[in-house]
Amino acid sequence: MGFYMSDQTFSRVTRRWAYAAAIGVAMTSATSAYAVGTTAGTTISNTATATYTDPGGNPVSVPSNTVDLRVDEVLDVTVVTAEAGDVASQPGATNQVVSYTVTNTGNGSEAFRLTPITAIGGDAFDPTATSIVIDTNGNGVYDAGVDAVYVSGTNDPVLAPDTAVKIFILSTVPGSATDGQRGQIDLTATAVTGSGPAGTNFPGQGTGGGDAVVGTTTASGRDDNFFVVSAATVALVKTAAVLDPFGGTKSIPGAIITYTLVATVSGTGTLANLAVGDPIPAATTYVPASITAQSAAITDATDADTGEFAASRVSVRFGGVAGGQTRTVTFKVKIN
Amino acid sequence: MMFRVLATLALIASPVVAAVANSVAVVSDMFVEKTVAQPGAKPKVVLVKQKSGPPGTTLVFTHSYRNGGKAPAANFAMTNPIPSGVDYVGSDDAIAVVSVDGGKLFGPLAVAKVRAADGTLRAARPEDVTHVRWTLKAPIPVGGTGKFSFKGVVK
Repeated sequence: MGFYMSDQTFSRVTRRWAYAAAIGVAMTSATSAYAVGTTAGTTISNTATATYTDPGGNPVSVPSNTVDLRVDEVLDVTVVTAEAGDVASQPGATNQVVSYTVTNTGNGSEAFRLTPITAIGGDAFDPTATSIVIDTNGNGVYDAGVDAVYVSGTNDPVLAPDTAVKIFILSTVPGSATDGQRGQIDLTATAVTGSGPAGTNFPGQGTGGGDAVVGTTTASGRDDNFFVVSAATVALVKTAAVLDPFGGTKSIPGAIITYTLVATVSGTGTLANLAVGDPIPAATTYVPASITAQSAAITDATDADTGEFAASRVSVRFGGVAGGQTRTVTFKVKIN
Repeated sequence: MMFRVLATLALIASPVVAAVANSVAVVSDMFVEKTVAQPGAKPKVVLVKQKSGPPGTTLVFTHSYRNGGKAPAANFAMTNPIPSGVDYVGSDDAIAVVSVDGGKLFGPLAVAKVRAADGTLRAARPEDVTHVRWTLKAPIPVGGTGKFSFKGVVK
């Protein structure tokens, strides 16, 4: 497209230009003021000016007629997950939140219809989307009762060009989902004016009075999020060792039984408030101050430590325990 | 015919003013460049008159001039500031020169430089162009016509 001066008449211009560039007179105008294109409805007007010299040697200046073009609206939207990765959840959990960012990448103010999609192949379970919530206070976090619940066709979010809003989908994870399973949930946002293959034209429906033309995004965006079930289960194994008064292992009166309770937590999640408890067997007497948890002594009193002997029962609390870990409790009784 | 009579009268009264009056007229136009698919052949690029277009639309601006006066018009030049909302693309006219500094200096785009944000000079790009100008070496003879054009794209 370049045009080069071959005519001697213009070499003077070229030299002067080169000089100007060398001393840095030329200024930049490189950055466009519009990130997503000229705003829909803007009128572009072009006028040129002709100058010449009349026979008397006087300069004459004549403007051309002005030609106008109205900028049409381009319908474009993107949806991008706002989660860093899979969102951990539990079987049967309700109001589980995943978030997305919807951005108007078109050049006109536009409303967008939001739809959740959960029936997707390739995942282990389908979350049930119970509501879509718009981040109306703009803090990027779901605020129950503060952010507006979305009703399709009633409060479709209207976005100015190059602006975004965060959208939350609240879901229920099915109770049948098991540890480690993933369930996909997508959000689509579609321009209310219309969507379709790029170039689809909606005459006269553009913001600002021109046409609306579907852009490269097809005026519809979609992205996914995943719930991953992060559950934990516990298995308790109890063993007994008998020491009789004669150094043997016979279960006779006066023999001491040491019980060992091993709680093994498995799964990818964390078990909250794991407690291990065991009633004292009939025909036995608790041996005072015999409780240990993880080999550390626990007092019998109901006090600040994590266990006690109370109401003929040994109890020890471990709090949250992650999958793959074990907790061991021991205590002793004497056979009556 | 009417014009000729008026011009003649004016010429008698004041020759200089008469020659000035409406010597050269310029008619400008704007077309949208469209690519039309041709079954079994290469797509054809056509120019259509259109009142609107989305960003990315290629526009062809034309200026047709005609010396309707009684004397040749010397030192003829046309200057077109690139309208806001349009990026300059180029001109097929060999005599077209451009400005990247708001119309102060003109020259071929190939040698133009602009100062980048970091203070360094870089070669100008078409979108840096602020004005395009055409200058005729020879006077336009009486009745002489011509046409300039350049392409732009809606930002």
